[in-house]
Amino acid sequence: MAETLKGNAHVYSRDDINTDEIIPARYLNSDKEEELAEHAMEDLDKEFINKVKGGDFIIAGENFGCGSSREHAIWALRGSGIRAVFAKSFARIFYRNAVNNGFLAIECNYVVKKVKNGNELEINIKKGKIKNLTKKEEYKFAPLPEFTIELMEAGGLLEYIKKK
Amino acid sequence: MGMAITEKILAKHAGKEKVKPGELINAKIDTIMLHDITTTPAIDMLETHGMDRVFDPSKVVVTPDHFVPNKDIKSAEMVSRIRKWARKHKIMNFYDIGKHGVCHAILPEQGHVLPGMTIIAGDSHTCTHGALGAFSTGVGSTDIAAALYSGNLWFKVPPTIKFIINGKLPKGAYSKDIILTIIKDIGVGGALYKAMEFSGSAISGLSVEARMTITNMAIEAGGKNGVIEPDKKTLEYIKKRSKGKFEVVKSDNNAAYFEVKEYDASGFEPVVAFPDLPSNGKTMSEISKMEEIRIDQAYLGSCTNGRLEDLRIAAKILKGNKVAADTRMLIVPATTDVWKQAMEEGLFRTFSEAGAAVSTPTCGACLGGHMGVLAEGERCISSTNRNFVGRMGSPRSEVYLASPAAVAASAIEGKIADPRRYL
Repeated sequence: MAETLKGNAHVYSRDDINTDEIIPARYLNSDKEEELAEHAMEDLDKEFINKVKGGDFIIAGENFGCGSSREHAIWALRGSGIRAVFAKSFARIFYRNAVNNGFLAIECNYVVKKVKNGNELEINIKKGKIKNLTKKEEYKFAPLPEFTIELMEAGGLLEYIKKK
Repeated sequence: MGMAITEKILAKHAGKEKVKPGELINAKIDTIMLHDITTTPAIDMLETHGMDRVFDPSKVVVTPDHFVPNKDIKSAEMVSRIRKWARKHKIMNFYDIGKHGVCHAILPEQGHVLPGMTIIAGDSHTCTHGALGAFSTGVGSTDIAAALYSGNLWFKVPPTIKFIINGKLPKGAYSKDIILTIIKDIGVGGALYKAMEFSGSAISGLSVEARMTITNMAIEAGGKNGVIEPDKKTLEYIKKRSKGKFEVVKSDNNAAYFEVKEYDASGFEPVVAFPDLPSNGKTMSEISKMEEIRIDQAYLGSCTNGRLEDLRIAAKILKGNKVAADTRMLIVPATTDVWKQAMEEGLFRTFSEAGAAVSTPTCGACLGGHMGVLAEGERCISSTNRNFVGRMGSPRSEVYLASPAAVAASAIEGKIADPRRYL
């Protein structure tokens, strides 16, 4: 896992962005990342998939990913090129799915207020730092729990179990 | 300090005397439930990782329920793959079409849920099974794969919020109104990462089926699981369905709760959750002061309220009445057994005479899959559990959540209606 990640922010400051918005159930008869990605965030922002470039970030409010257990929500976001989601808080199944997939879901209380749509960010995962290159500001977030890092470094939950 | 039910079940399954909220544990899983949507990715993962095995086929229960009867080639391929996989791994408990049902209704009904168990499924409403005193929670496909392979899963022990609901529910208010009132009070993130334990005389006054409606919606408040201490009714319910051994787990008297919230059910009213959050509840008195809300579709079914008791409540209201001219009503019994029983009791005749359509079990419409999808601009009153934007179809349709009684009353009037007028 690279230590620093660089990309643009897509800010959806609302609370309770749910899995039906991240990937509507009508597309769940597929689990292919590229097919799901075409419909990522579709019911919230039709233009999302055209705006996202590989390596970008989503910034959101409370309870991001609430609703269904569909891991397709992670796959749709990852397939679209999103590298990490920063939110005030996450719904637990979404968070769990993110951890199990080695996808970055990072709790950060105030970033949603500071970061503007389109800002360029540079993230240091291990140090828990976000550099806003556009606004020349720096923010901190709590480093990921050890277990989460372990899973990520193993390449996800299944690789982790296999190694044990 | 003692432990709450959830902590006790998790401790036991992790082989520990004691666990504390926040602690990361590895727990044995007693039952893994698989349905159509989240299973094929899990099978793929196991095969890709060269881990294609099932730790104990007797602990796996399968029922395709979302896109069944299959609505298109992709869903048919999905279920066909699960069938082949289940055969290969000798999964005995496979409820295929004709024996099938909405997963969270079929599991307890067929005796697969016992007090003190740990149960997981790739479905957020797995919290339903806590109504029988089990620890049950929804997970994703990777977790399903991990549990199928190893029989274990990691959990962070959740702190518990205890909800004490005392008093007698007034006529016209049901368990759905209890949970909609609580979610209205605490919000969709009100129990985030936490266990929700329900107790009090209003809860013990409910049937086991009605209690499942409450635990089913724990996830709609962000809860990890919902749980109710088993009592005499629970044990009677189980005795009819299972010969399995189990241990009744109850919270210690000195259990440490994150918070205790008390409610008096005698003041409760029928509640309808307006779009587009389950927390957006309004009482019938509030609604009566609003302009009338016309509805295009009334939907009775799902893992929340598609059980026999729910169908009986709706039939009582619909008997001798007709569904309004510009409204359609869909009734979807949750399981094959519910379907059979409803037919034998003559409920289908009542429904059909009222002008409602009855389907085979499926949870297709609840998530905008099939068998009841909404068009742009349409409005549905539904006995389901979630009313997010686009949940039942077009992102420009609306879903209102209510009890089966309110759904039936609204179908008759063609607008959101107070069920108390029909009781």
